[in-house]
Amino acid sequence: MKRLPPVREYHSPVWSEPIITEMGRKGERGILIPKAEKEIRASARKGKSYIPEKMRRKQAPQLPEIGQPQILRHFLHLSQMCLGMETNIDAEGTATMKYSPKIDEALARSSKMTEIHPCQDEDTVQGILEITYKLDLFLREISGMDQFTFQPPGGAMATFANACILRTHHAARGEGPQRDEVITTIFSHPCNAATAATAGFRVITLMPDPTGYPDFEALKAALSPRTAGLMITNPEDTGIYNPRIREFTRAVHEAGGLCFYDQANANGILGITRAREAGFDACHFNLHKTFSSPHGSFGPGCAAYGVRKELANYLPRPVVTYDGKKYHLDDDRPESIGKLREFHGNIPAVLRAYSWIMSMGAEGLLEVARTSVINNNYLTKMLEEVPGTVRYYAPGEYRLEQTRWSWEKLTKDTGVGTLDIQRRMVDYGLQSFFMSHHPWIVPEPFTPEFCESYSVDDMDYWAAVLKQISDEAYSNPELVKSSPHRAPIHLVKYEGLDDPSKWAMTWRAFLKKRGEFSSDHEPKRDSVSER
Amino acid sequence: MSKEKPFFHPYIPNAVPEIRAEMLKRIGVTDVEELYRAIPKDLRFKGKLKLPKPYSSEYELKRHVLNILSKNKTCEENLNFLGGGCWQHYVPAVCDEIIGRSEFLTAYGGTAYSTFGRMQAQFEFQSLMGELVGMDVVSMPGYSWGTSAANAVRMASRMTGRREILMPKTVSPERLATIRTFCKSVREEIDIAIQLVEYDTETGLLDLKDLERKISSKIAAVYFENPSYLGFIESQGSKISQIAHREGAESIVGVDPISLGVLAPPGDYGADIIVGTAQPLGIHMNYGGGMLGFIASRDEEKYVAEYPSWLISLVETVKEGEYGFGFSRFERTSYIGRDKAKDFLGTVAGLWTIAAAVYMALMGPRGFREIGEVIIQKSHYAIDSLSKCKGVKVFFRSNAFKEFVVNFDGTGKKVKVINKALLKYGIFGGNDISKDFPELGNSALYCVTEVHRKEDIDKLAQALKEVISK
Repeated sequence: MKRLPPVREYHSPVWSEPIITEMGRKGERGILIPKAEKEIRASARKGKSYIPEKMRRKQAPQLPEIGQPQILRHFLHLSQMCLGMETNIDAEGTATMKYSPKIDEALARSSKMTEIHPCQDEDTVQGILEITYKLDLFLREISGMDQFTFQPPGGAMATFANACILRTHHAARGEGPQRDEVITTIFSHPCNAATAATAGFRVITLMPDPTGYPDFEALKAALSPRTAGLMITNPEDTGIYNPRIREFTRAVHEAGGLCFYDQANANGILGITRAREAGFDACHFNLHKTFSSPHGSFGPGCAAYGVRKELANYLPRPVVTYDGKKYHLDDDRPESIGKLREFHGNIPAVLRAYSWIMSMGAEGLLEVARTSVINNNYLTKMLEEVPGTVRYYAPGEYRLEQTRWSWEKLTKDTGVGTLDIQRRMVDYGLQSFFMSHHPWIVPEPFTPEFCESYSVDDMDYWAAVLKQISDEAYSNPELVKSSPHRAPIHLVKYEGLDDPSKWAMTWRAFLKKRGEFSSDHEPKRDSVSER
Repeated sequence: MSKEKPFFHPYIPNAVPEIRAEMLKRIGVTDVEELYRAIPKDLRFKGKLKLPKPYSSEYELKRHVLNILSKNKTCEENLNFLGGGCWQHYVPAVCDEIIGRSEFLTAYGGTAYSTFGRMQAQFEFQSLMGELVGMDVVSMPGYSWGTSAANAVRMASRMTGRREILMPKTVSPERLATIRTFCKSVREEIDIAIQLVEYDTETGLLDLKDLERKISSKIAAVYFENPSYLGFIESQGSKISQIAHREGAESIVGVDPISLGVLAPPGDYGADIIVGTAQPLGIHMNYGGGMLGFIASRDEEKYVAEYPSWLISLVETVKEGEYGFGFSRFERTSYIGRDKAKDFLGTVAGLWTIAAAVYMALMGPRGFREIGEVIIQKSHYAIDSLSKCKGVKVFFRSNAFKEFVVNFDGTGKKVKVINKALLKYGIFGGNDISKDFPELGNSALYCVTEVHRKEDIDKLAQALKEVISK
């Protein structure tokens, strides 16, 4: 085995921060707000109160009163107890934890982006409309689709948009109610099944064949005059590329359905293969995955959803158009599925993606794809030598940008499972790996993805930590099972989460359940000293 | 690949040819192409993507993008009176500082240990919002007020087993369009039908008689907004909720939380589920990219079971007195439930909840009371000033919060024309609502917040006088 670097003696800051509602003293202020001028106050005094008596708030909200430096310090401490992509080696699979260039962040924070209102006159937003339109053109080229919208504020909203378009498309052809089934696979993102169901479809989920590939015979058996469409990922979140994908899309088309390609993570195939050639009618890219917009502690994300021209009239309104001189927002689209959300989407992500592509070009995108695939297969070689790992499915076949692994053997040998290892990683300063979406068809799963941002040294360190934890599992399993030991907190007692008498989604609920919530809403101070 | 020119890029360390060669050797292949052998030849993209030549230096890239962005004219450089679901409020510097931290900006899911800090910050968002809205359960974000309202309506439909909802005609058109998308189904008989209830064109208030006519035991929920889209405070909340409850329907209220230092929390007037947006709480407009929603309710299992969202719960750890966090009833969500889940969930707007938590902590109870008072004073000063312009009338003025309807019928000029003319004064006039609310004539929705100074409002009034008299 290649010599691995030594693991670090990391320790997370442990600030034991109180909950913010427990902080401060009466009278402290975090910020002052501009007052109304004397003349305004005078004219307001003349008038009666503008709030109807019964609509006036009688009791002030029990928000804390805290000085500004203390608030800043509190949240800085919290941030120090959070592993962001930029402060560690973050290989969460399916999520493409790539570097979000600082220059793009600086641009997105320009007041030319932040201080514009979505209803401004077109003439005053030509800059952002130009960027939006041009990113649309770039993605048309990258996917082979004919038009994109950026209204979906996350990947799941793009799959929902697709379900809505399936509904509208078949209704327009007079087959609406009868085409009420959507087919997906168990290794496609669960939001495909969920959004289709939300749009009213019955969902058929195909299980893989014994070698882990989507089962073509199962697809054929599922197709019928009730088929509205196929919603599928490729490569699936196992990292396995389905080489028969063209047969899949052809069969669905022959049955009268449409084909949607969930390309939230397209990092391994940019410039390599496209939705159009594989026979898809629509696809989406997550700008916060493949196109470098930061993940933001779970959003705001942005999905670019693109369709063939036959479906373009159904896109959510408005769409950005260009007449050769000026950019416009076209809201007059009678066939549109309507709105997925208010306004135009998370446009700062559009700006970042535009800037990122302008720093990459065609050659750069191709190198992104190749590097992510090389990285993943390099890591495979490293992990094969870590005791207790099993690479599931498709023996001898290369994976693309990520790989579904299993600790099945390690668990059998030592009793240590993937959840234990996930926690133990934090003791070495690493973000816990992504395991798998549910259900766990692959037992004790984990799914690393080393996109192009990571160096050989990064991967060697990551493999060294996994090797270390595996060794620990074989020599001292309790150490791993009782982890974390150097994290911000200790092992959580999860039993309380699902028990209505214990769960607490707010501090006030927590106090009530501890019998400490007094009727005057004043929290008892001694709960601070208890900690 | 070997024939190509080496490619170096600061964002791709392993593109260095020597490193690459070493890695390929370790993998046991001579060319990256071998790793792509699963992709059939006829599916391979031939040639090179037609994309513009990239900028090779960060400096040139910055100049290029800034050059395009400079074509935007901002609400800072101009005087903005647009609102209608996205509002210009002051964003404290501390909010930007905190959400600019790498640790929050670039984290994703992680675990209760690896992203402990973000989970506590987000629990604090839930907790502080719980104090503002007066509810014990608050969710992690939805995509927007509109999508959260849609989720709430669907929650009510599942809870009651009913498929019809009522809402006032004054509801925001953007939010209504969003709710419609979520209420439609493949087959009409499983749609959630939306019926609109009339309103009093003098006061804007819901027409209770029409509500009485339309309410029935088939109604899953009555949804209304406070302050309403058209700016007025709906003062009949208790009656509306009573009527809904009498027939076993849920009362759902949409709120703008910036009002909640001075306005009663909706639970006081019978709301069962509260939705809204936290965009006014420390989040920039971002051309509408600052949206996020939330859902809140009483701490009852029947509600909790129906949330589509993450619900972060405070729990104990094995160390006495130490807190940890986890997700309650996670099997509700589409991450586990797939097609059997409560609606769907994905990457939503986590970072904005942290900005909002910081904002609520900064403001405190006094900040919220003061900002509510200041907004009302300023908007009513604007109402008085604009009413003095010839031919201009302000509707629903007596109970306006931060927005109000300005009618230009008496001027003989269309809103569109007036707004174009105002642009020359550096003023963004209010949203044109004449298409969405034809019964209100040729009208615009104006928004005044704490960011407007007296001189700004005077400037608007003066400009309007000049534009109208031309």
